[in-house]
Amino acid sequence: MAEMTYLQAISDGLRTEMRRDERVFVIGEDVGVYGGAFKVTLGFQEEFGPWRVIDSPLAETAIVGACTGAAMMGMRPVAEMQFADFVSCAWDHLVTVAAKQRFRAGTPVPIVVRLPSGGGFSGGPFHSQNPESSFAHIPGLKCVCPATPEDAKGLLITAIQDPNPVLFFEHKHLYRRIKSEVPEERYTIPFGKARTHLEGDDVSVITWGAMVYTAGEAAKKLDEDGVSVEIIDLRTVMPWDREAVLASARKTSKVLVLHEDTRTGGFGAEIAATIAEEAFEDLDGPVKRIAAPDCPVPFSPVLEKAFIPQVDDVVAGLRELAAY
Amino acid sequence: MATNTQTEVVMPQMGVSVAEGTITKWLKAEGDPIAQDEALLEISTDKVDTEVPSPGAGVVAQIVVQEGETVDVGTVLAVIAPAGSEAGSEVGGADVGTVTQDEMPPPPATQAAADEAMAAASEGVGDVSQAAEPAQQAPAAPAETPPAPAAAPAGGGDNGRTFLSPVVARIASEHGVDVSQVQGTGTGGRVTKKDILAFVESGASTRATPPPAEEATPQQVSATPPAAPSEVATPVAPQPPPPAVPQAPAQAASTPQAAPRPQPQAVAGEPAQGEAVEPMTAMRRGIAEHMRRSLDTSAHVTSAIEVDMSKVVAIRGKLKQEYGTAYGVNPTYLSFVARATVETLRDFPWINGEIRGDKIVTRNYVNLGFAVELADGKGLIVPVVKNTEGLNLLGMARAVTEIAARARDKKLTPDDVQGGTFTITNPGGYGTFHGTPVISQPQAGILGTYAVVKRPWVVQDELGQDVIAVRPIMNLTLTYDHRLVDGALAGRFLRDLRKRLENWGESDY
Repeated sequence: MAEMTYLQAISDGLRTEMRRDERVFVIGEDVGVYGGAFKVTLGFQEEFGPWRVIDSPLAETAIVGACTGAAMMGMRPVAEMQFADFVSCAWDHLVTVAAKQRFRAGTPVPIVVRLPSGGGFSGGPFHSQNPESSFAHIPGLKCVCPATPEDAKGLLITAIQDPNPVLFFEHKHLYRRIKSEVPEERYTIPFGKARTHLEGDDVSVITWGAMVYTAGEAAKKLDEDGVSVEIIDLRTVMPWDREAVLASARKTSKVLVLHEDTRTGGFGAEIAATIAEEAFEDLDGPVKRIAAPDCPVPFSPVLEKAFIPQVDDVVAGLRELAAY
Repeated sequence: MATNTQTEVVMPQMGVSVAEGTITKWLKAEGDPIAQDEALLEISTDKVDTEVPSPGAGVVAQIVVQEGETVDVGTVLAVIAPAGSEAGSEVGGADVGTVTQDEMPPPPATQAAADEAMAAASEGVGDVSQAAEPAQQAPAAPAETPPAPAAAPAGGGDNGRTFLSPVVARIASEHGVDVSQVQGTGTGGRVTKKDILAFVESGASTRATPPPAEEATPQQVSATPPAAPSEVATPVAPQPPPPAVPQAPAQAASTPQAAPRPQPQAVAGEPAQGEAVEPMTAMRRGIAEHMRRSLDTSAHVTSAIEVDMSKVVAIRGKLKQEYGTAYGVNPTYLSFVARATVETLRDFPWINGEIRGDKIVTRNYVNLGFAVELADGKGLIVPVVKNTEGLNLLGMARAVTEIAARARDKKLTPDDVQGGTFTITNPGGYGTFHGTPVISQPQAGILGTYAVVKRPWVVQDELGQDVIAVRPIMNLTLTYDHRLVDGALAGRFLRDLRKRLENWGESDY
């Protein structure tokens, strides 16, 4: 075990796979000489050379298109979007080609697209989004949203070895803030298996990514009230762990779905609907959602704070549910 | 009083602490047609201003209270008559004004359900509980539920008191709980899952409560299965309305509220040819749930032992006459076994105990449950004789006879079926010699008694030689929760129980 930041764990996972499997290569804007906008691939070009750590033009369409072609020819490309927000340029390649190729022609497309996502640092509307629900809606794509360094490494390795296109949402706010023990050896963490971040009895929070920590802080305050909160970290939004979510819903009978993405059509809606369908008779209160409001992410620190769910928002929501 | 064809609109209870409301505006005039749930008037209370939807469809037959007037909750504000009837003519003036609680009509749609519940409640259970319960219950409710009244949603101030969340409705149904008996701690006094689980765990309700009411109204139950849970729970429920506080609308509504959740199992497919389908009674559902839950909870293991009942048979023969003449009581084998069991349980507190959370609970008393089959063979109830550690053989025989008779006559009170710490089941009446009964949760064990049969038995004669004798032999089984009771402990219990029965002396009772 070694203590790593969330960012170091991602680098470590990527490096592990590149050392292990020559088919794995990295492509993206400034990922080579510069080491990536966030320095995830710092030192990679020195170790693996310019043909495996490729600086691309500023063209996400080209990046994902190149990856898709390479993958179909047997490679294991890992693309980096400098910011998750920029992936919209590559929508057509991801959604129309990569997601459907296997269904259409039987050809696997084992690509990983790394997406530094999330806000909390006044990045504004183009550098702060959490677009996981858009892609979770597309059959054929998988969406991974790790919250811990250990999960980040294990899930990235799983993503690289997965024969299908995987979108790997790395929360920028966690990059250097979250640090924990990570196994140094290679390991994988399966998709679709949630992690119980905190065990509790009275209210469940279903969440992922950076909101896991927001929920954790809120749970501490609820604990002072004598309310025991359970936090389920989905880890992967698609596939998502219905069994774990339903089990927690059945246990506590009160569920709060929390995400940083905007509310309408956010993935929380799918979770809430599933709970209503499958665990209706176990509910002791409405399934509640806390999410960002339906508007672009604001620049202003004050407004951004009002936009992204804060600990106090979650505390209020949990208290309301607990008292219901 | 309005007939079924008319609907009275009353000042709603907008939160538990609200006693009166002011009419700010009538949205309809007399003679106007109105649809169910269409806004009829606007009211203002010290908690909330809101619209009042029409409880029925038709025409506004009469507006009783005018704009600007402030009246008590429960006061009739208007009368809705079915479409086609004449406005303003049929209310029969005497009844207009503040209706008393017992006149408060439930919404027509739920009238049948409410009637059934009342009918069921008034049968089956004698007077015992009726006298005591309502007096404490009804007036207490408004006084004790003030926390968070303001949080009740507008337009449904009494929502908190009557709304059953899905999980609460399900638990109420499974355990035959009358939710109106449960003190709610949720928003607006709503009964939460925790409230009802605590109620169930406190033993205030048991699965055995249902039969009296259920048996009393078999047709109704089968005709309206969803209503069964509330009926079933009503044995203690017949609540005369509280005198001053106008809670009756909420209570009247709570019965139908409890009802509308259909049992998923009830959605049976069409019967195939040759099959017959009958609705499952509330009692059967209760038994089914309890049996399944018990098997899912306890680690059931059964040990059996053979008991030579010679001494008991002899003593019983002697006592039968005496008890019959002097007390009108039959000293059954069951009472001997029960008596010996209670004595033996003193030495095995865990078998008379329970796992509660991560703790083990033991007692210095034995509340003994007896599984009693109901006459039609379609149900089972487990009345409990309390504090049997204080009963001698005569007392035990009397108590068993008495409680079994009350069970069959449907005269049990809820208290009679609660608080058991150990259970005896006696399927031996039909000659069976072995069984593996299911533990009555949350107990740790259940004793099965079986037929006394004459068997060739190896005994020693006075010279110490083995000889075969004819002996009345009874098998006993102890089914125990292996989570708490190990096999060796169960074995020692059965050994000691056998010893007591085989060495029964005349002075032992």
